[in-house]
Amino acid sequence: MTEQIQNVQPQHDHGMKQDNDEDSQQYLTFIMANEEYGVEILSVQEIRGWESTTVIPNAPSHVKGVINLRGTIVPIIDLRQRFGIEVLDYGATTVVIVVKVAIANEHKVIGIVVDAVSDVFSVKNDDVRDAPNFGEDTDLSFIKGLTNAGEKMVILLDINMLLGSEVLPEAEQLSNLINTLDAPQQQAVNA
Amino acid sequence: MKKILAVDDSASMRQMVCFTLKTAGFDVTEACNGDEALKVAQQGEYDLVISDVNMPIMDGLTLIRNLRTLPNYKFTPLLMLTTESGTEKKQEGRSAGATGWIVKPFNPDQLLATVRKVLG
Amino acid sequence: MEIDLSQFSQVFFEESLEGIDVMESELLNLDVNNPDEEAINTIFRAAHSIKGGSATFGFSQVANYTHLLETLLDEIRDGRRQMTNEHQDMLLLSVDLLRNMFDALMRKIDFDDPLLAQLEKQFTIEIAKGTKEAAPEEPDSSNDTLVEQEATGLLHWAIDFQAGIDILRCGNDPYLMFNELRQLGELSVSLAEHSSPEFNDIDPEACYLNWRLELITDQPLERLKEVFEWVEDECTINYSSSPASDDNSERDDELPNIEPDEATIPQEQQGSETVLSQLESNKVDEAQELKPKAVSQAKTPETSSIRVSIDKIDLLINMVGELVITQAMLGQIGQQDEIDEESLISLKQGLEQLATHTRDLQESVMQIRMLPISFAFNRFPRLVRDIGQQLGKKVNLVLKGEDTELDKTVMEKIVDPMVHLVRNSLDHGLETPEERLAKGKSEVGTITLNAFHQGGSIIIEIIDDGAGLDTDRILRKAREKGLVGQEEELSTEAIHKLIFKPGFSTADAVSDLSGRGVGMDVVRRNINELNGSIELKSTQDKGSRFTIRLPLTLAILDGQLIRVGRHIYVVPLVSIHESLQVEPNKINRLSDGHELIQLRNEYLPVIKVYQEFCHTSDAKEIKDGLVMVVDSNNEKIGLLVDELLSQQQVVIKSLEDNYNRVPGVSGATILGDGTVALIIDVTGLVSMAGITNMKEHAA
Repeated sequence: MTEQIQNVQPQHDHGMKQDNDEDSQQYLTFIMANEEYGVEILSVQEIRGWESTTVIPNAPSHVKGVINLRGTIVPIIDLRQRFGIEVLDYGATTVVIVVKVAIANEHKVIGIVVDAVSDVFSVKNDDVRDAPNFGEDTDLSFIKGLTNAGEKMVILLDINMLLGSEVLPEAEQLSNLINTLDAPQQQAVNA
Repeated sequence: MKKILAVDDSASMRQMVCFTLKTAGFDVTEACNGDEALKVAQQGEYDLVISDVNMPIMDGLTLIRNLRTLPNYKFTPLLMLTTESGTEKKQEGRSAGATGWIVKPFNPDQLLATVRKVLG
Repeated sequence: MEIDLSQFSQVFFEESLEGIDVMESELLNLDVNNPDEEAINTIFRAAHSIKGGSATFGFSQVANYTHLLETLLDEIRDGRRQMTNEHQDMLLLSVDLLRNMFDALMRKIDFDDPLLAQLEKQFTIEIAKGTKEAAPEEPDSSNDTLVEQEATGLLHWAIDFQAGIDILRCGNDPYLMFNELRQLGELSVSLAEHSSPEFNDIDPEACYLNWRLELITDQPLERLKEVFEWVEDECTINYSSSPASDDNSERDDELPNIEPDEATIPQEQQGSETVLSQLESNKVDEAQELKPKAVSQAKTPETSSIRVSIDKIDLLINMVGELVITQAMLGQIGQQDEIDEESLISLKQGLEQLATHTRDLQESVMQIRMLPISFAFNRFPRLVRDIGQQLGKKVNLVLKGEDTELDKTVMEKIVDPMVHLVRNSLDHGLETPEERLAKGKSEVGTITLNAFHQGGSIIIEIIDDGAGLDTDRILRKAREKGLVGQEEELSTEAIHKLIFKPGFSTADAVSDLSGRGVGMDVVRRNINELNGSIELKSTQDKGSRFTIRLPLTLAILDGQLIRVGRHIYVVPLVSIHESLQVEPNKINRLSDGHELIQLRNEYLPVIKVYQEFCHTSDAKEIKDGLVMVVDSNNEKIGLLVDELLSQQQVVIKSLEDNYNRVPGVSGATILGDGTVALIIDVTGLVSMAGITNMKEHAA
């Protein structure tokens, strides 16, 4: 029923052999609506398969409910819905990444539903670019920066900001963002 | 190693006495009233018994009187811990068979000095 | 040797606080006119131990104060002084004061309550007044003033030491004393003339010897005497000295410096006499004023620890042992490649055992948090005595079921409501002795605290044989406040419930005690927050009985599982009255959309759980589902649900740890199949539904 992936296994190992010096960090990346996102691996507690949740009455739609994680009650958040992206039915590859976050000085354990887990790799801090500015009405503080992993662009998320802030950009703003992110990536590949 | 039996109903005093004596290299056993001490004393042979006077169940003077009736403790040094500096209590202690006394409050050094005095 | 005495402080604080508790309870039980010898002894011993310890560990303020207590108690103990009520009061005040002093010590802050000086004076005066037979006692000159003895010049001492015949029988050894002397200077020992009895009369345990000791030392005589201090009464010791033959010249200037020991005592006595007159003049006021300031305002650093009896721990260890055995057995089966019928049977047996052991283990672990309610009851004798005195009421407090155990957390939270209820009984319940006599009752009122287990709950009763509730007055008051309509008639039971309404207080004049703005509604709310309930039964002129029902622990709840659509919820069993299907003709719809059902002769508002929680459900209308009658703030409410499932004990888990507070939900639990079920907070649900004043609906 519950498929629990015990170890985070990288699909390819590029980056894994990179030095673990202090100015680089390891990220777990996952796929959502064809985009690749990364979260710091240190905040990832475990990866589980999707299992049905207990619904919390009157909760926002992206809060799918709570599950029993070895005796602890853990809320599950659908990141697609959080971002306002079109909702998919949960499938065999749908996974829940259980992360530890610090929200308002309190440590919380939260599961986030993503389409699929992709990879683990190291990113040098120097290789992280700031996210483009979309004007004052779009708060992108939950995006830590952008980086390239091989041919693909990865959006690095600040998980504390992402799960801690009340308001996130609407679907339209986010798709704008994603489109503009894709563009420079194309340039980079072409160059 | 010299064996000492320390008797006091107050846990903190007992701890202090035991800690001091153990640190100084003595083998210390604890008891928290006279009755318990009498039983412990009969099971082992102690070179010195240090006892509080005011204790529930069996007080220190009764303990000393009882110990002196035991063949093993006829000549054993028995010290009382007393806050009473008056001569009355001391006399009572002497006639009960106490070797001497340590007047509270005392510090670890005073305790050790007295113990060494009776153990040679 | 360097030994850090502060390492013993914590133990000393703990045992002293225990000693203070013992003092207090013995003092409260004491019959002043005919005090029990053993009780006085126990109180004395407590003060004595605290004094000894505090002096040893360097807490001089406590040591000085307890020295006064000890002195007074010693005189009472010896029968030299008659115990008085005043003594009892002074000692009880000291109990409070000492608690505060220790609190300050533990928090490492200075203690400067003026009460300390006041009580110190009171004790000093009392002790100075003298005992019943003797004149004022000799001032205790040995008051721990160790005067460093100055060394004198080098002297030649000759000491004639005639050992007492019994010296050995006390464990004293002349040889060790000589050894000690040897450390002070140059010693020579020679046997002096002595007379031993006839050979046949010799007692081998006796000592018949005399010695002549010659010592050259710069130590003063006092130091030499110290060596023989323990035996000076039974031995004859003569000291004589002459200047030592060599170098005394260079020490001529260092003559013994004897300071006249002019006592500071006379001064003190002078001082205290003037205070005496002051004190006597305003003694009456002081009885009221001499209340130690409650230190509890500044929160003590709570070390949340619990004392567990060895028995409980042993039980746990046993159970874990059983668990390990079962696990080993199951593990063996697991290693088999094939499961045949035989091993299937043992597998089933093993699982059954596992279930039993797990349940037992859970119960025992919960037991660790359980403490006898006497921990809470213990504070009441004092409270009742003090308040009774203040109000001029005679009260007899009866405690029953003190061994009844409940969860430590629940206990901590129930004390305040209990204090409030007991104060209330003393203030409003019990009559004055005159009133009681006029009613033909005994002039001494009785307040009973009773505790017992009933099912999975603990029941605490607070019973008084006082005036009972004046229903007419309550109803009048409620009408004045608009809580009850002018024409509306209420049953006695309903009137009693009124006192739990917010903003309701019957005291005409707000007294210092119960009427301090904290009403019965707060008491009730506090109890509800613990998933408990409170009821009142009262008969005019006979008395009142408050019954508090609480879950034994906050970690476990007896729950009723219910279904709403595909969602399963838990409702605390303690809040459920009954469940029923309602006939369509008993359902009334109000203009604002709320619906009421008629249950016997009551009208109850109904909350449709699926609506509040935005779920889809089988039963959309009241007639199609089940109505569960539950209690919310002592009002009955109906909850529309689809189905009642099983009842079971559930372990309460927090939703807030990783998520947020959810309106209408008090927590979560994990069901047998591992899924999560949420626990419904009935009161929260009622406020979500917007049902504020149910009487309006009923009207």
